[in-house]
Amino acid sequence: MKSNNPRNILILTVISILLLSAVGCAQEPVNKVIRMSTTTSVNDSGLMAYLQPEFEKATGYTLEITSAGTGAAIEKGRMGDADILLVHSKSAEEEFIAEGFEEVRVPFMYNFFVIVGPADDPAGVAGSATAAEAFQKIADTGSLFISRGDDSGTNNKENAIWKSIERDPAGQTWYESVGQGMGQTLTIANEKQAYTLSDKATFLAHDNSLVMHLEETDDMKNTYSMIIVSAKRFAESNVEGAQAFVDWIKTEQARKMIAEYGVAEYGEPLFFNLD
Amino acid sequence: MELINSIFELLFGTDPELRQIIAVTLRMSLFSTLFSSLIGIPAGVLLGANDFRGKPFLTRLVNTLLGLPPVVAGLLVLLLLSRSGPLGSFRLLYTVEAMVIAQVLLITPFISAMTANLVGVNAKVINETLVGVGIHGPKRLKYFLLDFRVPFISIILAGFGRSIAEVGAVQMVGGNVQFKTRVMTTAIMMQTNMGRFDFAIALGVTLLLISFLVNSIVNRIQKAVSDD
Repeated sequence: MKSNNPRNILILTVISILLLSAVGCAQEPVNKVIRMSTTTSVNDSGLMAYLQPEFEKATGYTLEITSAGTGAAIEKGRMGDADILLVHSKSAEEEFIAEGFEEVRVPFMYNFFVIVGPADDPAGVAGSATAAEAFQKIADTGSLFISRGDDSGTNNKENAIWKSIERDPAGQTWYESVGQGMGQTLTIANEKQAYTLSDKATFLAHDNSLVMHLEETDDMKNTYSMIIVSAKRFAESNVEGAQAFVDWIKTEQARKMIAEYGVAEYGEPLFFNLD
Repeated sequence: MELINSIFELLFGTDPELRQIIAVTLRMSLFSTLFSSLIGIPAGVLLGANDFRGKPFLTRLVNTLLGLPPVVAGLLVLLLLSRSGPLGSFRLLYTVEAMVIAQVLLITPFISAMTANLVGVNAKVINETLVGVGIHGPKRLKYFLLDFRVPFISIILAGFGRSIAEVGAVQMVGGNVQFKTRVMTTAIMMQTNMGRFDFAIALGVTLLLISFLVNSIVNRIQKAVSDD
């Protein structure tokens, strides 16, 4: 009778797999769904949720948005799990393009990174001419700085600024790399009353007591690009759908929506269209 | 007071999104629990009710899987279901089905281990009785299932609790896609990331309320079954 047991297990396994695959059968027509992988800032700031219904209404496509730091967002393109990327890290984007994954890359909007910190500004960052100067002051005074440390666009930007002043803050007592998204990093910076580099949109949409000490310097421009993932690497990539989004974002209607986003709530736009 | 108001608004207000999130959450948890139980309970009975070569090893294996971190299960399913993974052609990544698969991986060992423990304690007596009345081999399974139906409901409920509360794996393989794979836990995480703690707490309390409701219903069923 014992010899029957493995067979039972086998039968059960087969039944379970059949049942599982039955759940998986409800598939929509492929070309109507666009898998978009975005950086957290455009999602956490609410921009995508605001644009999505209008885009879907105008074109009949369905957007499925997943968001992660730019490094992880681009990785989804590399794995073939996204049709279009919406990211903001020039160095990481160029690497992706050099590997031959991209069909088209369209820079389409920008905003500014901001340096935020405790209201009393212990490092005296306010009034600096550049982000580099502000970082120098933070390092010189040893004021606590929280780094994303997650290979995101913001993290890459931060590293580039440290590099430009030839400082390597890793391991310093005043420097903490937390490996979290922008929202969590702001929460941590707020709890510790520390400085951090943030994109402006996420900062404004986030509830905290930190203050923007420096914004809109030349070295803090933050450009967002759309990258269509090439069908040459993944035959199933919905290039057509991705192109429809790229075309739609350039329409008067979309540009107007982007330019107006945040004005009612924060008194200023969160993103600006590129010409 | 404001919290109660916002919970009430979330549940019965004009915004349908929360109700939609609850629907996805329940769909995911129910299917995860169903499949995990369909696999886990018979497997647990087989493991607990029989003596065979390799049983200690198999028991250890199940107990090890019990400690499988959700993010590891998530990573495994992510790599399997990714378009560049071996099962990529099924297009399951970032779907509820993917979340169910990851959770079945997590919850089945849990249900098997609990079942094996429960059954194992009484297996000898029951086996002797069954053999005494001439019931052998696989036919015994039916009697074990009937005999333990009441405690099995508790095990299934515990599995359901694990499923509805899990966040790491479902975030990875579900992707928290709005209107599609966003569940209570990933929504709470997202709101927390955005610094909206009030909303996150309201979602958390709502999750507990739903769990309480499901528990109440199932306990009612359990009572009815044991009164039979």
